[in-house]
Amino acid sequence: MGRKLLTEHINVEGINTFEVYRKHGGYRSVEKALKTMTPDEVVEEVKKSGLRGRGGAGFPTGMKWSFLAKPEGVPRYLVCNADESEPGTFKDRQLMSKLPHLLIEGMITGSYALGARTSYIYIRGELLYVLRILEKAIAEAYAAGFLGENILGSGYSLDLHVHPGAGAYICGEETALLESLEGKRGNPRNKPPFPAVQGLYARPTVVNNVETIAAVVPIINEGGDEYAKLGVGKSTGTKLISACGHLNKPGIYEIELGVPVEEFIYSDEYCGGIWKGRDLKAVVAGGSSVPILPKELILKTAAGENRLMTYESLSDGGFVTGTMLGSGGFIAMDETTCIVKNTWNFSRFYHHESCGQCSPCREGTGWMEKVLHRLEHGHGSMHDIDLLVSVAKQIEGNTICPLGEAAAWPVAAAVRHFRHEFEWHVTNPKEATAPGAAYRGAAVLA
Amino acid sequence: MAKITFDGIEVEVPDGTTILNAARQIGGGIVPPAMCYYTPLKGSGGKCRACLVKVSAGSAKDPRPMPKLVASCITTVQDGMVVENTINQQVMDVRKGIVEMLLINHPLDCPVCDQAGECSLQDFAFEHGVSTTRYEEERRTFEKIDIGPLIQLHMTRCILCYRCVYTADQLTPERVHGVLGRGDASEIGTYIENIIDNEFSGNVIDVCPVGALTDKTFRFKQRVWFTKPVNAHRDCKTDKCNGRVTLWYKGKDVLRVTARKDEYGEVKEWICNTCRFDKKETTDWVLEGPAHINRASVIAQNHYELPVVNPQVIQDLPESTTRELERNPPLRLGGLNN
Repeated sequence: MGRKLLTEHINVEGINTFEVYRKHGGYRSVEKALKTMTPDEVVEEVKKSGLRGRGGAGFPTGMKWSFLAKPEGVPRYLVCNADESEPGTFKDRQLMSKLPHLLIEGMITGSYALGARTSYIYIRGELLYVLRILEKAIAEAYAAGFLGENILGSGYSLDLHVHPGAGAYICGEETALLESLEGKRGNPRNKPPFPAVQGLYARPTVVNNVETIAAVVPIINEGGDEYAKLGVGKSTGTKLISACGHLNKPGIYEIELGVPVEEFIYSDEYCGGIWKGRDLKAVVAGGSSVPILPKELILKTAAGENRLMTYESLSDGGFVTGTMLGSGGFIAMDETTCIVKNTWNFSRFYHHESCGQCSPCREGTGWMEKVLHRLEHGHGSMHDIDLLVSVAKQIEGNTICPLGEAAAWPVAAAVRHFRHEFEWHVTNPKEATAPGAAYRGAAVLA
Repeated sequence: MAKITFDGIEVEVPDGTTILNAARQIGGGIVPPAMCYYTPLKGSGGKCRACLVKVSAGSAKDPRPMPKLVASCITTVQDGMVVENTINQQVMDVRKGIVEMLLINHPLDCPVCDQAGECSLQDFAFEHGVSTTRYEEERRTFEKIDIGPLIQLHMTRCILCYRCVYTADQLTPERVHGVLGRGDASEIGTYIENIIDNEFSGNVIDVCPVGALTDKTFRFKQRVWFTKPVNAHRDCKTDKCNGRVTLWYKGKDVLRVTARKDEYGEVKEWICNTCRFDKKETTDWVLEGPAHINRASVIAQNHYELPVVNPQVIQDLPESTTRELERNPPLRLGGLNN
């Protein structure tokens, strides 16, 4: 198994307390950054590391940090996006509940680099118990002098707050998150202006995922260049993958980017193969919003190369034969899975979670769900399959925020690769709607 | 100042102008439709996606095209920007899609809707929509709520443009209504049940692009195309109201009083509820003369002059655009008589 940078000590007894965490090398990055580095040097290290946003979009973190506007006399903010709600993704929850101090350490180092004097962790409302863990850890960090006035005598002061959302998926979109943090309805904002210029309270703001901020800790400890040695090409470092579905060993794995997908699914080191000795049918590789891929295409690219767990390899072939690494929510489905039902389920989620602000998403998500419901229950027609593709296309790219795309992509991909299965639901409704029924025919690969 | 090319027509506008407002300076059939943007309301726009346009060159400095269609109502112009609206097939297709999305849950009860004839959605669908639907499911309905004796709320017709929310925020001392719920279950409502009651509340009727908020005192009185708009004013004592209105006559009766709207349906001067609801006698007013309805719309069909574009502008148009405009007239080509 590759190196673990984030979760090395995750199973140590009492690692959620300050003393134990400190004993295992905790808060070294804060000491190093505050005592020996200027903020710009910290940003430079992060740039060198090649770290890319772990929340889904994969935007280079160092670059995002350097885009932050720095007008004189105006406060800036670092906001941690802990509103993890994508179906299939559950890595941040675990990281925060087991290693709260890792996130706090990353927040201090990151805030120092950005010159933020107040920082926020916006946590999903359902994770109330994690909020309590974080608050306790923050109190410990204040007591130990790592938060508050004049940290470690360096002259740098930082206040860190945890703010719970009310359980809306849309508040994971960064501008909706900022609206919600400001106490308003969680509607995404129109961009530009981007948060780097006008974010929280119209001040320059950086919003980063939990795992991204946690990854700053090993980057500062070991140096950006060391971090960049892990991984393949532009996908550097390690990534938490939350594997679920029909696997022998579902769970959260910290992998070095570049592990072949086949190895990740089948080796005993990771997921240990498909459960009950069944065959793999399809994989959603990066959380429910990325395109689904049939077995043949997730293991090998269209060109026949091994697919690796990297940003580039997974997106090889674009959306015709590829997908995205996304947030690392890895959902494996065995041969007994009904793709139509699964797509309907995803679609239902996006219908429920659309904020309702812009028309294509508000109306389109509900429409797709209804058509999929019809198909799944054997009342659909061939025309409905084309209708689905058409509606998905009308949403994609025409909305304020990426939720429109997140809703449209899985539907479009499911029809693209599993069209036969949709058609089977139309032509053989009785068979298709029988309990436990699943289509066993081949997928469309190109 | 920034010079942009919109559908092949060059126009120079001050920096910070939005693409939509730049297009409105050109005028005519090339102006993108706007269902949620409302110039006097700060923060409005970007929601309905009806005004999406293609920016085929971002600016003179950076002439790369923008990857996605952009909402012209909130995107500001850059010098050297090239924008495609009616001449771009993708834009036209997307717009058709937006009409479809806005209509799938709309009750299409125009025959009994007081807004019919001056409804932005009706105009929008008339210009860009198709006459059939692909939507087979049941349309969304809401529980009726009463928001007071002056304003009628029909939530089923609402397209969630948020204009009435901004109006209440920016015009009245305290907003008591807002958007409740999420996704396609969002609705305009008061929480907890409340009456929208203040001196400027009536303006939400004027800003509503559809028949979701209508005048209760005008309810079912007359189809708007049978009424005659006449501009009038009175010496209004209400603070911030200058009493300049449009009266809508049927015979000798004033059936309705509204604020004066420009050709894009935008109110420039808000009026108070006293003017709107209480002064319905001709003797209350000093008449100025008939109000012009010069927007190509359902109400204007066969009744009023269509908007006319400056002939000089038409001469400068590429031939393809002129042909398109001739074939597709909400625009009449010809002399200056506006």
